Amino acid sequence: MTRRYSALSLLKEGLTGHRGWAPAWRTPVPKTSYDAIVIGGGGHGLAAAYYLAKTHGIRRTAVLEKGWIGGGNTGRNTTVIRSNYFYPESVALYGLSHRLYKSLSAELNYNIMFSPRGMVTVCHSEAEMEIAARTVNAMQINGVDAELFSSEDVRRVAPIYNFSPKARFPVHGGVWQPSAGVARHDAVAWGYARAASGLGVDIIQNCEALGFIIEAGRCRGVETSLGPIRAERTGMAVAGHSSALAALAGFKLPINSYALQACVSEPVKPILDTVVTSLGTGTYVSQSDKGELVIGGGLDRIPSYAQRGNLPVLETVIAGLIEMFPAFGQLKLMRQWAGIVDVVPDSSPIIGESPLPGLYLNCGWGTGGFKAIPAGGTMLAHLLAKGAHHPISRPFDLSRFAKGRLIDEAAGSGIAH
Amino acid sequence: MSARRLDRGGSDIDRSRPLEFAFDGQKVDGFHGDTIASALLASNIRIVARSFKHHRPRGVWGAGVEEPNALVDVADLGRLTPNVRATVAPARPGLVARSVNASPTARADRYAFLDRFARFIPAGFYYKTFLWPNWRSYENRIRAMAGLGRVDPASVAGGRADQINAHCDLLVVGAGPAGLAAALQAGSAGASTILVDDGARPGGSLRHRAGVIDGAAAIDWAEAAVAELKRQGVEYLPSTTAFGVYDHNLVGLAQRRGEARPDTLWRVRARHVIVAAGAIERPLPFANNDLPGIMSADAALIYLRRYGVIVGERIVVATNNDSAYEVADALAEAGAAVTVIDSRANGRAGKLASDVRFGRRLTSARGRQVVEGAMLNDGATIAADCILVSGGWTPTVHLFCQARGKLAWRDELAAFAPAGPTSLLSVAGAAAGAISLADTLASGAKAAREFCGGAAPIPVSAGRENTLRIDPIWSSAERTDRVWIDYQSDVTAKDVELAARENFVSVEHLKRYTTLGMATDQGKTSNIGGLALMAEITGRQIAEVGTTTYRPPYAPTSFASLAGLRGGALMSPLKRLPLEAAHRARGAVFREYGGWLRPAYYGGGPGEPQIQEEARQARRSAAIFDASTLGKIEVVGPQAAEFVDFIYYNAMSTLRPGRCRYGLMLSESGIVFDDGVLARLGEDRFLVSCSSSHVGAVHARLEEWRQDRFDRKRLFIHNATSHLATVTVSGPRAKALLSELALRIDLDDSALPHMAVCDGDFQGGEMRVARVSFTGDRSYEISVPADRAEDLWMQLIELGKRFEAAVIGVEALMILRAEKGYIGIGKDTDGATMPHDLGMAGPRERRLDEYVGRRSLFTEEATRADRRQLVGLSVSAGEPPLATGAHGVEAVGSKQRSIGYVTSSYMSPTLGFPIALGLIERGASRRGEAVDIRHLGEMRRATIGAPCAFDLGGTRLNA
Amino acid sequence: MQLFPCPFCGPRDETEFHYGGEAGNVRPEGANVSADFWANYLWFRANPTGPSREIWMHMTCGEFFVMTRDASTHVVADSSPNSGREP
Repeated sequence: MTRRYSALSLLKEGLTGHRGWAPAWRTPVPKTSYDAIVIGGGGHGLAAAYYLAKTHGIRRTAVLEKGWIGGGNTGRNTTVIRSNYFYPESVALYGLSHRLYKSLSAELNYNIMFSPRGMVTVCHSEAEMEIAARTVNAMQINGVDAELFSSEDVRRVAPIYNFSPKARFPVHGGVWQPSAGVARHDAVAWGYARAASGLGVDIIQNCEALGFIIEAGRCRGVETSLGPIRAERTGMAVAGHSSALAALAGFKLPINSYALQACVSEPVKPILDTVVTSLGTGTYVSQSDKGELVIGGGLDRIPSYAQRGNLPVLETVIAGLIEMFPAFGQLKLMRQWAGIVDVVPDSSPIIGESPLPGLYLNCGWGTGGFKAIPAGGTMLAHLLAKGAHHPISRPFDLSRFAKGRLIDEAAGSGIAH
Repeated sequence: MSARRLDRGGSDIDRSRPLEFAFDGQKVDGFHGDTIASALLASNIRIVARSFKHHRPRGVWGAGVEEPNALVDVADLGRLTPNVRATVAPARPGLVARSVNASPTARADRYAFLDRFARFIPAGFYYKTFLWPNWRSYENRIRAMAGLGRVDPASVAGGRADQINAHCDLLVVGAGPAGLAAALQAGSAGASTILVDDGARPGGSLRHRAGVIDGAAAIDWAEAAVAELKRQGVEYLPSTTAFGVYDHNLVGLAQRRGEARPDTLWRVRARHVIVAAGAIERPLPFANNDLPGIMSADAALIYLRRYGVIVGERIVVATNNDSAYEVADALAEAGAAVTVIDSRANGRAGKLASDVRFGRRLTSARGRQVVEGAMLNDGATIAADCILVSGGWTPTVHLFCQARGKLAWRDELAAFAPAGPTSLLSVAGAAAGAISLADTLASGAKAAREFCGGAAPIPVSAGRENTLRIDPIWSSAERTDRVWIDYQSDVTAKDVELAARENFVSVEHLKRYTTLGMATDQGKTSNIGGLALMAEITGRQIAEVGTTTYRPPYAPTSFASLAGLRGGALMSPLKRLPLEAAHRARGAVFREYGGWLRPAYYGGGPGEPQIQEEARQARRSAAIFDASTLGKIEVVGPQAAEFVDFIYYNAMSTLRPGRCRYGLMLSESGIVFDDGVLARLGEDRFLVSCSSSHVGAVHARLEEWRQDRFDRKRLFIHNATSHLATVTVSGPRAKALLSELALRIDLDDSALPHMAVCDGDFQGGEMRVARVSFTGDRSYEISVPADRAEDLWMQLIELGKRFEAAVIGVEALMILRAEKGYIGIGKDTDGATMPHDLGMAGPRERRLDEYVGRRSLFTEEATRADRRQLVGLSVSAGEPPLATGAHGVEAVGSKQRSIGYVTSSYMSPTLGFPIALGLIERGASRRGEAVDIRHLGEMRRATIGAPCAFDLGGTRLNA
Repeated sequence: MQLFPCPFCGPRDETEFHYGGEAGNVRPEGANVSADFWANYLWFRANPTGPSREIWMHMTCGEFFVMTRDASTHVVADSSPNSGREP
């Protein structure tokens, strides 16, 4: 059993040199077979294993991780959590995720530092304000706590923003979601890992999926770098490398891989209390609890699997940042990196059974996977447990492409991910 | 304790130019050439900052960019710059420096009590608590204690930063012995070479370490070498840090340009890079090894030789290798009482001016706020005001690793060093593990020779050669006292142990869980110590533990330099009209429309009354409108007709020369991508008119299909948008107005009917008139070369006076086209709109040939009955217009669902009531139905109708 | 900043180029293209981690060409003009 974390246990351990803490997750020897396998020890994979055990009672589950858990996009994103989506299908998915995030620290007994500090998307023209109104109305109808902000409202939540009427992108107003926020990304992976491991899930790091065991046209397990591991149902949650795994299983996906860069400044004292993004610059920024500005922007425009930053996008993003917050021109870049994201034509995830029966997909999250971890895990767990869709995941099935039923958020709302 | 400035010495300071600045409210004296840190040390200011987590006092550790401790906020020239490395930043007269993370001062910090609770806040403690009621309840208080320096919202960078692109054969990073030897070799071979160094003056270690090269003192040789390189044409950039190696050997450089200007960003594309960035000295593990007064031994020598500062009177030098002996000797010679504590059984032979104790190591440093003494493992204590440590040297491999170079652990260095060069980048000198000056010089010269040849003699080192003979000391597990691994983040050996206990044993987990190496120094002094301890705890070799990924930037890099000129008007620059000056003269109010700066309306004022009047007058008489932004792409060649048939949703090859047709372009997914009028100018010549904001995208798309499917010798595409300016004259009196203009065309409707095009002559130059209408009124689009636009415009305005013509802006035009139900792409369509949603189902039903997007119009989704379709929406007389962006809703149980939304909405001055367009589910079959409209929670009713609300019969096109 | 070799203009910065998709994605035409086949053409991609042939446009000269490039290492092996009529 895992030991409960609390202020009291911390106090007790403090007096005895913290020698009583157990491993946050076990390091098991892999078994030859499980009831279910999840490939990918990121947030989605670990969450899927957790919910499989917790909700469905399926504890003989292995999570196979090529490197170290949380080392993919879970550990490379800008930690924004929001559910301000346009289409009801998206709101159902991301809204579930948002709700689960709110109680996740208590659920996992692990402080993932969910900080609902609000997020404002700044608009710079009347045309953008019209789209913003369309978006806010859609969200309100779908039960999302979105508000249409005037420029004075924006000033209230982001007083050091550039409000000069002569700015290249003058502030006309914005879209505000008060319950949006950020969380500590690594903690989400670690919290799920600890909780899943405590329920009996085997988390196997440094174990790469090399192929699938396919018998009678059905996936019956995974060939791994540690040998074959069998299971009747296998899920993959390997955003960034979904196409590579699909190729091993013999099918293609509607995915292109691109690098998404992010960077942080040196830490400074609190100066920005919300998440701010600008439709004009495409840059978004929040301040971490450590004080670093966490900054992101658009995708690199070149398909890539190289998890590294480059200069042109960085320069554009930083120029945007300074346009938004001139005072940040006095700061310095401390670290830059990139994650590889699955870019899907409609920027919505793919959840459901793959063309290889017995293999289930959780992929295609684009730039928005982190905020969806609890829901993505819930959906994949449901698929693995029941072999069928949860009502919320059904619209996100791979079959939507042949039907033409895309869920294109950018198309409807004009707001980029 | 007393560090002080000596009466003599200091190669980098100018004693004839004293200066004065402030630190934490205290006056500090220095000289020109000092860094802030060297001046603070000269004034014996020991506590310069507070650590991130426990608010422990921190003193100067090093003398370079790797500095973990001495960060200050600097107010200078009217700006506040946070987190400045005092070890690099020059002291300037009048600057005001303030310690970071301390309040009110570093010496008397009110959060210093936190250190007493350190045992309760180990690595990752925050994951285990703050659970009830939720994190947000604690967050703000914790945030307030975190962070380092301060941002002043009123401080902005001093002007825009320069950015420079450069190409060279060879980029040499580091102007120490290896880098200079490499550059001399490359210079002699005639290779175009750039040499950069993050110091203000050349030489690197040659500036403070002894040596004789080619018969000269090391520092003199370095200065002479730079002079020689300049003669050879090598570009030498001092005060410049190479911070990142990116794809295809692009290296980012940050060049400091003095205090008044932001740093300059250099993007250097080098055929080859030689990294000669030296090595960074590591701390030693002993209890309280973070006290102010504990410094890198090498840094103490730098302060002595370059700044004439002796860092203490009673100095303990703790070492596990030979390199600290030169430091000990020099300090002893300068007058300090020096004791060397050498962990090895015997040290190096030679001249020693000090008390040396072999086989001993420090177990702890004593002192409350600053160092007061050292305790040894034999129980001895030594009073000291300064402890200099040398735990060995970590080669500076950051750039090499960014370039995907592979490292190998080398026992004789007790460090990771490059396993070998990459194809584009090699490493030389101490960065490659060289120890002796002779080897360092040779490795630099050799690296350059391998790339570009060269016959310059390798510089000869004639002094005593350095040795290392390191016997590494790592922190060991199960210590009960506090040994710092990472100074800035307050990561101690116990934190690493805790991480291991809790299974955070992967280096990346170790880093993220403990924050080891995540501070502003990115672990330059701390990483290896952490890895070594983790290796010991987990029973692995250090090489097995491996390193975390090295990511740019090597040292924190100014945001302003990265942004460069991209700001204000130069960020996403707006496209401008040839007639902008004329519009301004008429008092136009400009707004951005799809990347163009266009007149929204004329005459200033609040807008709405002016816009209404423009639209009203346009219907009464005539309107003059600058339509120059409309795309004008020519499609020419024998395959042109076949091509436009494929590109457009509507069949276009049946168009007769001299005639125009409205059509849609689809994406391959069947979505309406653009709309506009196609004119057939001749048998083999078409003119594609497309939306203003789409010209580039349409042009690229046409080119793609041309090159993919057509014979590129029989089909040509030319974007003439910027070549031509277009002015539209529209309205019942348009023809009368135009007939006053000498265009040499027959304006009779039989010769130039609606949807016809003809060429004419304007003042002896080319001119084209097209009778297409976006207002629903008789309209003429007149296009002339852009440089004739002003003449045309002025003539039309002048003639227009007689006809009471209105000059209208974009906003009035929007009203006019909405009255007619004409769509704006991206406004009245969205990313799901297909042509049959706009009431244009004909080609979908009738065309059998291929065209872009055809198959997508027959998917399951495309054939649904409940698609959103373009409608008109009307409200009761006397009501205000609907809000654009309002949604149509219907009840589903107690909730509502959206059935679409309002895309355009205006008050029509001509009709006298509001008009609106929208995309509504099944809209085409619901005409006459009333729907609920919701905007920001408020409900209204509207009636669905046809998109067109004005002149349903279209008679005004020919009126 | 990567350097891409335009077959017409020589090596240029990546910012001058536009990605046009995987080479060899043939457009299915005719009356009886199945929904799956069409979706496969429109959306489904091999998206390999290693070298692959890609269509690129050099925006400054307007020419489309075929480049063989490794998406993991960013090594460009080859670029050649698009012969036309063959995607």
